[in-house]
Amino acid sequence: MRNFTLPAEELMGSGHLGCQGCGGALAMRYVLKAAGDNTIVVLPACCWTIIAGPFPYSSLKVPLLHTAFETAAVAASGVRAALDIQGDTETTVLAWAGDGGTFDIGLQSLSGAAERNENIIYICYDNEAYMNTGIQRSGATPFLAWTTTTPEKTPKSEPKKDIMAIMVAHRIPYAATATISYPDDLIRKVQRAKSIYGTKFLHVLAPCPPGWRAPSELAIKLSRLAVHTRVFPLYEVENGERYTLNEPKEEPALPVSEYLKLQGRFSHLTENDVEAIQEIIEKRWQRLLRMVRESS
Amino acid sequence: MTPTLTGTKKVVTGNHAVSYGAMLARVQVISAYPITPQTQVVELLSEFCANGTLRAKFIKVESEHSAMAALIGAASTGARTFTATSAHGLALMHEMLHWAAGARLPIVMADINRAMGPPWSVWTDQNDSLSQRDTGWMQVYCESNQEVLDTVIQAYRVAEKVSMPAMLVLDAFVLSHTAEPIEIPDQSLVDEYLPPYRPLYKLDPNDPRSFGALAPPDVYMELRYKMHQAMEDALIEWARADEEFSELFGRRYGLIEPYRADDAEILLVTSGTVTSTAREVIDELRAEGRRVGLLKIRVFRPFPAQLVRAALQDTEKVAVLDRNISFGMGGIFAQEIKSALYNSTKRPPIFGFVAGLGGRDITPSVIREIIDYTESHDEPEDLIWVGVKR
Repeated sequence: MRNFTLPAEELMGSGHLGCQGCGGALAMRYVLKAAGDNTIVVLPACCWTIIAGPFPYSSLKVPLLHTAFETAAVAASGVRAALDIQGDTETTVLAWAGDGGTFDIGLQSLSGAAERNENIIYICYDNEAYMNTGIQRSGATPFLAWTTTTPEKTPKSEPKKDIMAIMVAHRIPYAATATISYPDDLIRKVQRAKSIYGTKFLHVLAPCPPGWRAPSELAIKLSRLAVHTRVFPLYEVENGERYTLNEPKEEPALPVSEYLKLQGRFSHLTENDVEAIQEIIEKRWQRLLRMVRESS
Repeated sequence: MTPTLTGTKKVVTGNHAVSYGAMLARVQVISAYPITPQTQVVELLSEFCANGTLRAKFIKVESEHSAMAALIGAASTGARTFTATSAHGLALMHEMLHWAAGARLPIVMADINRAMGPPWSVWTDQNDSLSQRDTGWMQVYCESNQEVLDTVIQAYRVAEKVSMPAMLVLDAFVLSHTAEPIEIPDQSLVDEYLPPYRPLYKLDPNDPRSFGALAPPDVYMELRYKMHQAMEDALIEWARADEEFSELFGRRYGLIEPYRADDAEILLVTSGTVTSTAREVIDELRAEGRRVGLLKIRVFRPFPAQLVRAALQDTEKVAVLDRNISFGMGGIFAQEIKSALYNSTKRPPIFGFVAGLGGRDITPSVIREIIDYTESHDEPEDLIWVGVKR
């Protein structure tokens, strides 16, 4: 049993256009609860371009700036500068981008914003492919996953890009991973980010039932299994140096097959494939433990 | 202490005239990326920000695409915004130019005309700015450093009135790096002319709205119609802004400017610095008793079609000098002028000349050659290359 309190305020309406079981929709709901109503959301092209609703509707009760695919971090920088010069240093500027807009097309402007230590919160909700355009591989797509551009005969041949390592290398004041099945952890991290000056980066795993070829009722379970199998450990990094591991705490971890077997995007995998994936996970886990040890 | 830089004569380059214009306009957010020949514009603005002459945030971004994206964020949040670029920088911004115009943001930018590569060139021609013709940005081509400074201030006035972005354009080196004595207007007069930017809507947590959300086909076209209407309104607003500017500062430029055109049998059409050279040549030719005149096109978007029609329709021949080329068609100003005259009952023959690409000098003798050619030929030609080695 876990006990925690969610802020009661709902800044996201129920009339959004997310798919059933959308991890990205739930992530936004939690994040806004933590960020509060004095927030401006900057939204590049991503699933949320649709989820937020077409003109003249909005499913958010905070102001929302739609911007081009590769510009989340820099458009947010512009919003921040305009607020600051008008004397408003309190309003939170929240860039909210998918994995394509973060790992791939938006990486340059994100790197620029991080290097300048812009006072923004940047959240990547990662559903591990270009889901809005119909499940094409991105730099965030896991090793050997099926997508429409990595068909089963030639599944994705490269491991997922380590976006956290990239952001941590910018020595930004705060970077953290989170996911929807740990709402207390997610909310705490957003609140933490809010309290720090500079560029804050949150990498949020957001299961996508249609894209992952999984039943929508499994979204939360998949999010939990990603943590328990160490596919997506939850951790924080301060100033590019101090690592703190939050989850999983249990030893030993569940085998990755427990996570993979629930998802159609991995249904073509052989036993050898699963072993290869397990090896990558183990290697990344050991590296993370090393970083935690070295910084403590 | 704020140094007194206003209400004085100063010898400055075209680039620095841009910087002074932006300072006097009290821009609040600047974002830019270095590119020759623009860089001096933002170097001086950096100085102004650093020494307190200008109270603005300067976001030193990692690309021109980001420069425009930053300004889109800032202008959406209610700030007066500025950037400057050239050639490849402008081309890289292309997507965001559409975004700025579609979002109806009155961003002002200086483009220092530089030829596009490859091959690399840093010298002037107009293909960079004219390639952005259909993005929804107003475009104003400047002839002198004084006009450059004054146009920055006028541009904010018009852009904020019609909620469309504006680009002022000046020739690389010929203007950007050439110093001329200009008057730096008094700040209090500029403040009188250009009040602070107060947008109708902005990103505001107390009044949460969604900007730029998906527009279904039943509304998209109306938004485009409104953009075009704003451009039509801008024709009136440029005239009004120019009129009121002249009342306060004693200088005016017009959307177009005829020069010794009244009884001219041949009218030469120019834009940018070539106009100054052409004025000299027209004076010489007039002294020789030849009936030639000049029409400078200053405001290119919105295109002042009615004014151009009225200015050209009674002449016998028109020669258009284009420092640009639309491959497979010809000079772009020539196309626009033909298009403006086609539905007129009086349509003089139009000779289209292309010269000076990639910064090749357009000297008085080049302009003489153009006028001589037009005078000695009865049949107009769409594209005449001037001085090209074949």
